[in-house]
Amino acid sequence: MTPTLPPAQTETIRRIVADLKGRPGPLIEVLHAIQSALGYVPEGAVPLVAQDLNISRAEVHGVVTFYHYFRRTPPGKRVVSLCRAESCQAMGGDQLAEHAKSSLGVDFHQTTDDGEFSLEPIYCLGNCACSPAAMVNGRLYGRLTPERFDSMIASERSAKK
Amino acid sequence: MTVTVYIPRDASALSLGADDVAQEISKAAASRGVELNLVRNGSRGAFWLEPLVEVVTASGRVGYGPVTPADVPSLFDAEFFRGGQHPLALGVVDALAWFATQQRLTFARVGVIDPMSVADYVANDGYQGLRRALSMSPQAIVQEVLDSGLRGRGGAAFPTGIKWKTVLDQPASQKYITCNADEGDSGTFSDRMLMEGDPLALVEGMTIAGVAVGATQGYIYLRAEYPHAYRALNQAIAAAYQARYLGSDVMGSGKRFDLEVRLGAGAYVCGEETSMLESLEGKRGEIRVRPPLPAIKGLFGQPTIVNNVMTLGTVPWILHKGAESYKNYGMGKSRGTLPLQLAGNIKHGGLVERAFGVTLRELLYDYGGGSATGRPIRAVQVGGPLGAYIPAAQFDVVIDYEALAGIGALLGHGGIVVFDDTVDMARMARYAMEFCAVESCGKCTPCRIGSTRGVEVIDRILGGVETEQNVRQLEELCELMLQGSLCGLGGMTPFPVTSALKHFREDFRARTRH
Repeated sequence: MTPTLPPAQTETIRRIVADLKGRPGPLIEVLHAIQSALGYVPEGAVPLVAQDLNISRAEVHGVVTFYHYFRRTPPGKRVVSLCRAESCQAMGGDQLAEHAKSSLGVDFHQTTDDGEFSLEPIYCLGNCACSPAAMVNGRLYGRLTPERFDSMIASERSAKK
Repeated sequence: MTVTVYIPRDASALSLGADDVAQEISKAAASRGVELNLVRNGSRGAFWLEPLVEVVTASGRVGYGPVTPADVPSLFDAEFFRGGQHPLALGVVDALAWFATQQRLTFARVGVIDPMSVADYVANDGYQGLRRALSMSPQAIVQEVLDSGLRGRGGAAFPTGIKWKTVLDQPASQKYITCNADEGDSGTFSDRMLMEGDPLALVEGMTIAGVAVGATQGYIYLRAEYPHAYRALNQAIAAAYQARYLGSDVMGSGKRFDLEVRLGAGAYVCGEETSMLESLEGKRGEIRVRPPLPAIKGLFGQPTIVNNVMTLGTVPWILHKGAESYKNYGMGKSRGTLPLQLAGNIKHGGLVERAFGVTLRELLYDYGGGSATGRPIRAVQVGGPLGAYIPAAQFDVVIDYEALAGIGALLGHGGIVVFDDTVDMARMARYAMEFCAVESCGKCTPCRIGSTRGVEVIDRILGGVETEQNVRQLEELCELMLQGSLCGLGGMTPFPVTSALKHFREDFRARTRH
């Protein structure tokens, strides 16, 4: 039983697939476009995409679940991706992760109660000469300390989304 | 008089506040009546100096760094725009030992030019390689790449010319050039820096590859974690189309080459070439069993070149200056230069391009200045999450594919992650297995199951449960993953684990767990 989508979402998804279906190997491009538009890939998008691309639901589901980047639940207003890879670990990344969790009051893959921030682990942002690093809605931060993490969150909170 | 000032737009520089600095400098220039030509360049790769502000003077580009917005008033007071003295003044940047001793071929333009300007690119040797390639036969272009000794910079170090020759020799109505820009190894950022700082070098390299093997379509498979590079590439590609370096009539040759960027979606395994091809086709990034090789049956079943950003980004230099010039750099079977990346706990982190033959010690201490924390360096991991940990006793090893293999290590994509003496190597070994478990594509059992079992076995060792027996079990498991996995993810995860066991055995003692 697949949940039904609000009509606006259905329309968005249909339009995205129609725009992209002529491209070679379009499924991942379609999913990127859906996530950009809606913030995540809703469960109800799977049969729609499958039908319009003329592939099986299993194929769509398989791709959505294979890739870490695709979200299946709505994110907070801002996604804080904290690097957990070796270079950041070498510069206090473990302590920073603990601080981030307690400071935001959530674990990884969770969203704060006010819906402002989702916390996600990420494996390398290519900012390894300035470890530890994080990215918030596409903005990159480097040389984070617990203090700098808190000021980053404060400035993100006051900045426009 | 207009003053030309360079402030990087590189993502790392931005992460340290380069945009705020640019904004402050623009504001101050306006209020003080200084006419400013602000260029947003790539980073030169000396990240401890970022944000690095450079001013064009009669004696060269004078640097100031690291600059914060608060420094801007005093920089203007010191007339930095004329190269004036200031506590942050570094002198002529090219003359700093850190740069002067490097051999920048692939990175010749990165941090120097305006990456979005075709005119600036062309004025700095850009499109000379393609111009020459268009006057040559496809066989001669491939021979030039073969003669240069260039080996795949993604990590596998396979001779690039042989790959190209295989694709050239395939009869097919459609061939593809694909660039693997899924730079997922922790401690690596050279691809990102080139794509942001000199994206046209990659565009030109791919065009040369297309002309060489008769491919008319190129795809850059870029990881989703690199939004700045995504924008830079798309902007550069649009500019190249506009100036007719891409499209139906490349440089008036009548040859076609089209290029587009496709985004990955956060799967480390998609850096493996067959998995990348699956992902480009819009599917789950599961490994393909080889043969057939991608060069014979690759993207959409057609002959396909899969090369790393560094490999393709070096091709223009080789075609411009000739195979002999490139081959004159390097040692043994490792020819040319390698852009190395100093990362993690290092004082002077950044990008060092040197000919093969430089020692790890020189990189860590002469360029890197030792650890960032000031504590002794205990271990370095070379070559990403699948690379071996190297102990201090082996820091005299030279950077060369064969020399590193000789000590049971690997060079990979040239990333060097530094750890000081507070590192817990058993924890790092556990992390290697954990990472493999998270990122395994699931296609083969040794990787999918072995990595999870690896975490469990290490936990038992650290928990003091039958330590000796479990260490033997871990060694056997590593051997099985190494021999039995389909690709490098499961097949190389044992390297960090066994190297940690071998060189840092004292860390694998039982401990109280929380």
